[in-house]
Amino acid sequence: MILDGKCPQGPIEKTWDKHRFDLKLVNPANKRKYNIIVVGTGLAGGAAAATLGELGYNVQAFCYQDSPRRAHSIAAQGGINAAKAYPNDGDSIYRLFYDTIKGGDFRAREADVWRLAQVSNNIIDQCVAQGVPFARDYAGYLDNRSFGGAQVSRTFYARGQTGQQLLLGAYSALSRQIKAGTVKMFTRREMLDLVVVDGVAKGITCRNLISGELESYAADAVCLATGGYVNVFYLSTNAMGCSVTANWKAYKKGAFFANPCYTQIHPTCIPQAGDYQSKLTLMSESLRNDGRCWVPKKKEDLGKHPNEIAEEDRDYYLERKYPSFGNLAPRDIASRAAKEQCDDGRGVGPGGRGVYLDFSSAIKRVGEHTIKERYGNLFEMYEKITDENAYKRPMRMYPAPHYSMGGLWVDYNLMSNIPGLFVLGEANFSVHGANRLGASALMQGLADGYFVIPYTIGGYLATVKPSGITTDNAEFKKSIEEVQNYSKKLLSVNGKKTVSEFMRELGSLMWENCGMARSKESLEENLKKIPALREEFWKNVKVTGTGADLNQDLENAGRTADFLEFGELLCRDAHHRNESCGGHFRTEFQTSDGEAQRDDENYCYVGAWEYKGDGKTPELHKEPLKFENVHLAVRSYK
Amino acid sequence: MEFFKNAVGRKILMSITGQLLIIFVIVHFIGNSSIFLGADGINAYAKHLHDLPPLVWIFRLVMLTGVAIHIIYGIQVTLENNKANTKSYAVQKHLKATFASKTMIWTGLLIALFVLYHLAHFTLHITNPEISAGVAANFDALQRPDVFKMVVLSFQKGLIAVIYAAAMVMLFLHLSHGIQSFLQTMGWNNDKTRPCFGAVGKVVSGLLLVGYVSIPLVIITGLLKL
Amino acid sequence: MSEHKTMTLTLNVWRQKGPNDPGKFETYTAKGITEHHSFLEMIDVVNEDLIKSGKEPIVFDHDCREGICGMCSQVINGVPHGGQERTTVCQLHMRKFKDGDTIFIEPWRATAFPIIKDLVVDRSAYDTIIQAGGYTSCHTGGVPDGNTLPIPKQDADYAMDAAECIGCGACAAACPNSSAMLFTSAKVAQLAALPQGQVEAAARVKNMVETMQACGFGNCSNHYECQAACPKGIDVKFIARLNREYLKAQFK
Repeated sequence: MILDGKCPQGPIEKTWDKHRFDLKLVNPANKRKYNIIVVGTGLAGGAAAATLGELGYNVQAFCYQDSPRRAHSIAAQGGINAAKAYPNDGDSIYRLFYDTIKGGDFRAREADVWRLAQVSNNIIDQCVAQGVPFARDYAGYLDNRSFGGAQVSRTFYARGQTGQQLLLGAYSALSRQIKAGTVKMFTRREMLDLVVVDGVAKGITCRNLISGELESYAADAVCLATGGYVNVFYLSTNAMGCSVTANWKAYKKGAFFANPCYTQIHPTCIPQAGDYQSKLTLMSESLRNDGRCWVPKKKEDLGKHPNEIAEEDRDYYLERKYPSFGNLAPRDIASRAAKEQCDDGRGVGPGGRGVYLDFSSAIKRVGEHTIKERYGNLFEMYEKITDENAYKRPMRMYPAPHYSMGGLWVDYNLMSNIPGLFVLGEANFSVHGANRLGASALMQGLADGYFVIPYTIGGYLATVKPSGITTDNAEFKKSIEEVQNYSKKLLSVNGKKTVSEFMRELGSLMWENCGMARSKESLEENLKKIPALREEFWKNVKVTGTGADLNQDLENAGRTADFLEFGELLCRDAHHRNESCGGHFRTEFQTSDGEAQRDDENYCYVGAWEYKGDGKTPELHKEPLKFENVHLAVRSYK
Repeated sequence: MEFFKNAVGRKILMSITGQLLIIFVIVHFIGNSSIFLGADGINAYAKHLHDLPPLVWIFRLVMLTGVAIHIIYGIQVTLENNKANTKSYAVQKHLKATFASKTMIWTGLLIALFVLYHLAHFTLHITNPEISAGVAANFDALQRPDVFKMVVLSFQKGLIAVIYAAAMVMLFLHLSHGIQSFLQTMGWNNDKTRPCFGAVGKVVSGLLLVGYVSIPLVIITGLLKL
Repeated sequence: MSEHKTMTLTLNVWRQKGPNDPGKFETYTAKGITEHHSFLEMIDVVNEDLIKSGKEPIVFDHDCREGICGMCSQVINGVPHGGQERTTVCQLHMRKFKDGDTIFIEPWRATAFPIIKDLVVDRSAYDTIIQAGGYTSCHTGGVPDGNTLPIPKQDADYAMDAAECIGCGACAAACPNSSAMLFTSAKVAQLAALPQGQVEAAARVKNMVETMQACGFGNCSNHYECQAACPKGIDVKFIARLNREYLKAQFK
């Protein structure tokens, strides 16, 4: 099937304004007759629930944490982009649009990206009005910094905790609506099924994580803002609870999963210290503004203290390979370059998996005090984890899975192919293409939540009558029964291996064979090994306790079971895409100097997978991508 | 009014009444220190006080109200706090809270008890009547009640001196937390004022301790006698 | 790096099946722990052993494991988050302990934080406090340009210092009175320092303090235990600010 993204036509600058006008409106008096479910309360979900509640809809919001303030958006450090052009350095909506398309390696829809760039400015205004304490200059105006390879300063930030501050802004707006009674908040609930009635999304089934009870919720529309899936690599910068489960359940109910192979590996994370490790910690990309990446030129220097390695014996590989961007090269490129050095046997630290990020020349240039002011909290965090003082010796860094550009397929209205199912933020696939630029995730989450869904969901609801559907409907009963049986099955295997052992095994398969670099062979290996691992899981997993109370072992088991299915789809998508683009790097498809080689002739499309039943091969649907404003070009950062 | 039930409102009332009491304690000490001038000093001071009856009564009324507010809220707030924190930890380590801050209710109640004793002793002449009764009948050369004699005779008794000194230690503990706590509650604490405020609390309460204890001390050691 | 040196520790962990169970300490041994394990990874190791022997693992709240989500909540040897300055449990590393140490692990204890299971408590009271006014009542859209109102850098920095609160509950858990004043004041002070928040400052401070009381938290008596336990080092000067804002609100 050829998918239609339903993008508005005409001059790109007018698309969103025109579309907004064309969308039907719901009469204000009728809004309260519509129920909307929002799953996930990060930037996208929190902002959406708050805004929809304020508009007058009846909103029910869900999160698995104990409070909507804790979603993993909170961990974003660096900042949020907007095309305000306050620094007068030549930025514009068009440039942000252009950079995002190019940064995504020409695998995103132009109209979606344009809209993102256009509403980016409203986001900053909104957050300021909410009392988000953005950094300011001495005149009292908003401060900007350059971030993640951008050549203009368009990133707004709140120290190293921008994600936290933006999330708390959305959380405060949400709290206001909860108090007003327009949003009903359900915490410690995990969505375990999407309920589809006559082909239309009408509700969800979730597990009350405290009581263990399965609960049904019905609505006229369901919004998933359930984040990304890179925990499929086991070790990632995501929170422990982040999973593909909600998306996967929707996929199994018919929603298409688009571009799962586009995963972002962030270049600056603290390297793994041992096998017991449960997660990796990201160090903001902003560190690369002042830090220089290097590895020893000679392998015999590897054992030495970094400060004892002479300047001429250091290989500042990013500066060498990408003279114009240097240490600020985009994430995918910086990550791969680090991996290359380590594969070459010149990596530092445990297992030779690390490169130095050196601040000594910046400290010499601007003084330790200034560096402390800029990155103090990051240096502190680094020392807590590694026990090393980065003012005195270079940090050790290694890439780690961080973000998923892929996600459920949505059209321009953020609606999936299942009517009534909307997908927001990282959970959808829409704007980042094959690679996301720094400080764009926060922008997308809030754009979707505050400024896109409130319009587009109205456009959908105006075309359907308030259904008045209740959870008495047979589909809800059926869904509960299925979920119940699934939990029972997990609890009854009673094997010998723990859930984390399976997750670690899957993670290492994914990381080794489908991580920063993939090949036909490695992917085929995974396509054999993952189903085998899955089979073993259902025969030999040990899940303790019962389903009748707080049981974290059972929660993890369910998430792992989904990852064991999803991992295969990710590999399948990577296997089918015979090109390298952005975060998807196939070793067979690279230029003579080792750069990603796109194949625009054959792969300039969104690959969306349709579930066809257990044990059956999913079907690939394509949505061709057209580039009318930014011309397809080789992405060069040299 | 909401203010009188509010967590912060009551804190503010407690700290204002607390400050009234501190002012009283300071003024009382300055008055009492006239004992160092001998019988002439303190007897003149006592007579002076007695000659201002209407003012003294207004003052007493204000103080009484202040004391009542301070004690009633103190007890009420402590009971609420105990209710908010019913289960204590099996292992507990305090990083910042001090002995003084944790015992405010007890030092406060002991001080209240002491005040009753103090009134019974020197004002109402109930305890140790053999000393006070004598004084009531005795006037000094200028026909003033001989307070000096009463004080000296009292503090020459070891037990009375110890009770007074112990009460002053309670007062010291109570104020060492209370004074800086007052500054915080009134909202005057910030980066610039804090280092100074902490010191003010300790210095004022320390000076009061030394000053008050010095009276029984000089008497019991015989430096001050009839 | 001394990777081969491992520690063996004795853990006394609070186990409680549910809100109505009296609960008790169970003793476990954590073996093979290196100095690079985080505290939670150490518990992961114990839990893997428990699962393998068919016992229910220790239930504890955790999520981001990088010190920002505020989910983790354990009192370690009598101090919330374990007593390393400005550090959450998840960022506490085992190099702070010695081989052979005995460690007591307890949940937050406060009437307003009822225990759900083992080390997990219900902190929804903090959400209730925010819902009472921890926001500006601006609508989505229809707000002026972000640069319309210049805000002095020191005010923005002050607001940010307060806004760093992660809402973990350590302040109330550490407070001898189980008061949530540090949490409440951080939000009040953040918004009071910004022109956008000043519009509703009077109503906000009254409503939030009243709600804090209604949730069952105690009264602040200036022990400052909260600041010492706070993993973000939120300063008690914000409580002073709340007090001042409250006084100011009386004259409005």
